[in-house]
Amino acid sequence: MIPPLPRPKRKNPVLRTRAPLLPPGPRSRAALGLTAAAALGRFELQECAACGAVQYPPREACHRCLGVELPWRRQSGEGELIAETTIHHSHDTFFRERLPWRLGMVRLDAGPTVVAHLHGGCGTAPARVLVGARLDKAGQGVLVAFPPEEVPNMADDRQLREMTCDPKYRKVLITDGKTAVGQALVRAVCAAGAELVWVGHAEPWKKLPGLEQIDAMPGVSLVPLDLTDSRAVREIAGEIGGKVDILINNAEVHRTQGIASRSGIEVARAEMDVNYFGLLRLAQEFAPAMRARAADGQSSATAWVNLLSVFALSSFPGQGTYSASKAAALSLSQTLRAEMRPAGIRVIDVFPGPLDDEWNQTLPPPKVSPEALARAIVAALRDGVEDVYPGEVAAEWFARWRENPKALERELASQS
Amino acid sequence: MSTDTLAALAADLLSGRIRVIDLTQTLAPEFPQIVLPPEFGQCWPFRIEEVSRYDERGPAWYWNNFSCGEHTGTHFDAPIHWISGRDLPNNATDTVPVQHLVGRACVIDCSREAAADPDYLLTRERVLEWERHHGRIPPRAWLLMRTDWSKRTDPVAYQNFDETGQHTPGPASDLVRFLVEERDVIGFGSEAIGTDAGQGYHLRPPYPCHYFMHGAGRYGLQCLTNLDRLPPTGAVIFCAPLKIKNGSGSPIRALALVPG
Ligand SMILES: [Zn+2]
Repeated sequence: MIPPLPRPKRKNPVLRTRAPLLPPGPRSRAALGLTAAAALGRFELQECAACGAVQYPPREACHRCLGVELPWRRQSGEGELIAETTIHHSHDTFFRERLPWRLGMVRLDAGPTVVAHLHGGCGTAPARVLVGARLDKAGQGVLVAFPPEEVPNMADDRQLREMTCDPKYRKVLITDGKTAVGQALVRAVCAAGAELVWVGHAEPWKKLPGLEQIDAMPGVSLVPLDLTDSRAVREIAGEIGGKVDILINNAEVHRTQGIASRSGIEVARAEMDVNYFGLLRLAQEFAPAMRARAADGQSSATAWVNLLSVFALSSFPGQGTYSASKAAALSLSQTLRAEMRPAGIRVIDVFPGPLDDEWNQTLPPPKVSPEALARAIVAALRDGVEDVYPGEVAAEWFARWRENPKALERELASQS
Repeated sequence: MSTDTLAALAADLLSGRIRVIDLTQTLAPEFPQIVLPPEFGQCWPFRIEEVSRYDERGPAWYWNNFSCGEHTGTHFDAPIHWISGRDLPNNATDTVPVQHLVGRACVIDCSREAAADPDYLLTRERVLEWERHHGRIPPRAWLLMRTDWSKRTDPVAYQNFDETGQHTPGPASDLVRFLVEERDVIGFGSEAIGTDAGQGYHLRPPYPCHYFMHGAGRYGLQCLTNLDRLPPTGAVIFCAPLKIKNGSGSPIRALALVPG
C-alpha cells in the first residue's frame, strides 16, 4: 500500500532550491501541552481530575463538569476512523505544495473525536486506527492516525515524512567517529539506510581503535573535524555543509571532576571548548546552509542532533564541570532550535544517563551502551521527537526532575 | 672592535654575505601539539579566532585573538619547565639572561639514521665522531640535532604514534650528560616535538634531555625546521622566548645567521 521510498536522483543544479514553508499553526497556550508531549514522542490529552473525562481539543475547563484541574495523561490512541477526506485544493502555501493530503476524524476509545492526519496505511472509514502525536514541520504537536498493525514501508509514507527525519537516503554528518558512541552511530545510520555518512575525526595522529573499520564501510567518508578549531569547522562546512541533511553532534569532552577534586580550570575549559563552543562553532557554520536546504526535495536537510547528558538538567557533582558544560550546551541548543524552527529543521536533544565508557568506568551499572544510545538516536529521527532520554537512569531522573527538581538535586549530590 | 664587528655584520646582512634562516614552523591550528595521557593536563594547541576583518566587527582593520600553550609550535624550554630545574636561579622565561639567547650552533646531521630508525638515539660516540670532522663543540654553544623530521609535513607522520606511543628521534641519556658536563652546551635543539625521543619516557632517567639539561640550567628548543640549511658549525642562532612572567617556555621565532 505504501510505495517504498525511491532512491532520490541527483539534484538538478539548474533548478532553484525551494524555500522552506511551514504549516499554519499558532496554538492556544493550553494546546502547547499536546506539543510538549509530542516532543517526547508521547500522545497525551487532558483528563479531568474531577470526572475523568478526556478532553479534546485542549481547553481550560472540563467540557463535561467545568472542572479546571485538567492534567495531561498518556493516551493509548486506539480508536475508530469514522470519516475521512482528501484535500486537493488549499490556499495554505505549505499544503499547496504537498497536495493531495488525507485527513480523518477518529473517535478515540477514550471518548473524544479528534482530527488527525491519515497515514497511507489506514483503511477507508470505518476502520480501526492507532492515533499518535507527532511534531509537524512547524514544531507543533499534531495527531496522526496510523494503521493498528505495522504495514510495509510504514516510515516511507509521504505525509508522515513531513513530520519525521528518517535517515533513509539522507546524508549524515557524525562529528566524532573516534568514540564508541560515534562508531555505533555510524553503523546505526548506515543500517537505517543513510545515503552517505561523513565522520569527523580530530587529532589524526592519535590512533584510536575502530576508526579504520568505520572508514572501510561503504558510503562512509572520514573528514578532519576538530570542534575547537574555528577555521577547520568553517572549512569543512564550506566543503560539505550544502549537502548535510542530518547533523549528529556527538563530539564531547567528558571528564569526571567537581570543583574541589581538581585545581585549575584546564579540564573544565576543554569541556566547554568542545561541548559548548564546539556546538556554537558548528551551528554558526552549518546551520545557515541546512536552513536553506530544508525543502530541497525528498532528501532535504531535516535534523540536527545534539548529544547532551541528563546531567544537563541537574548537576551530578562528581562530574560537575561536565554537567555545567552540558547545561550550557542545552541552553544553546534551545536557541538553535528557535533559529532552525522557521525552516522546519528539527533540533533533537539527547539526554542519556552515564554512558558505558572509560570515563564512567568506576560508576556502577546501569549504564547506557553506545549501541543502545545509537538506536535511540535513530528512533528519535524516525519519530521526529525533540527530546530523548535513553536508558533507565535518564528516564528515571527526567521523571524526578519534572516532579521535583530540588529533590533530584539533593539526590544527585548524595550519589556523587 | 665590537662596534666594527656589528657594523660589519650589518653590512654583511645588507649585502647578503650573511643570510638569515628561519628555523620556525608556522603557528597554525593543524600543527600538532605534544600528547600526554588524557588524565593529565594538556598543552593547548594553537587556536585562532578572528576579531574583525574590515567588517561590522571592525570596519578598517583585520586582527585575531590566538591561544596556545607555552610549549606549542617551535618553542623554547626554560629550566623551570622540569622538576630538576625548578629551584635554579633565573630559570624562567622572564629571568633567563638574554645573553644566553643568541649563540653559536653546532649541527649534527642524523637524517639518515632517523630515516632508518624513527627511535634513533644520538649517542656520545656519534658526537665524538662528528667532532673528529668539525672540531670540538665550543663552550656555551647549542647542539642542534638535524633529523629532517620537520620535512614530515603530514601531522600523522610527524607525530608517528603507534600503540606503544610516539616514535621520534632524540638524544641518548649518556650523551646529554656528556654535553652538559664535558662540553658545557647552552642547550639542545630538536626538529621533533620534544627534545627527548618519542620513547624517552622509557630511558633512564625518563626524559633525560629535559632532566639533565634543565637540571643544569640549560635550555631546549623543539619543533625546529630548516636545520638542513645550517652548516655543521659557524651559524649563530637567536631563540628568545616571550617574556612571560615565571613562564616555563614560549613559542619563538627562531632565526639563524649563516655565511652567505
Ligand atoms: Zn470533568
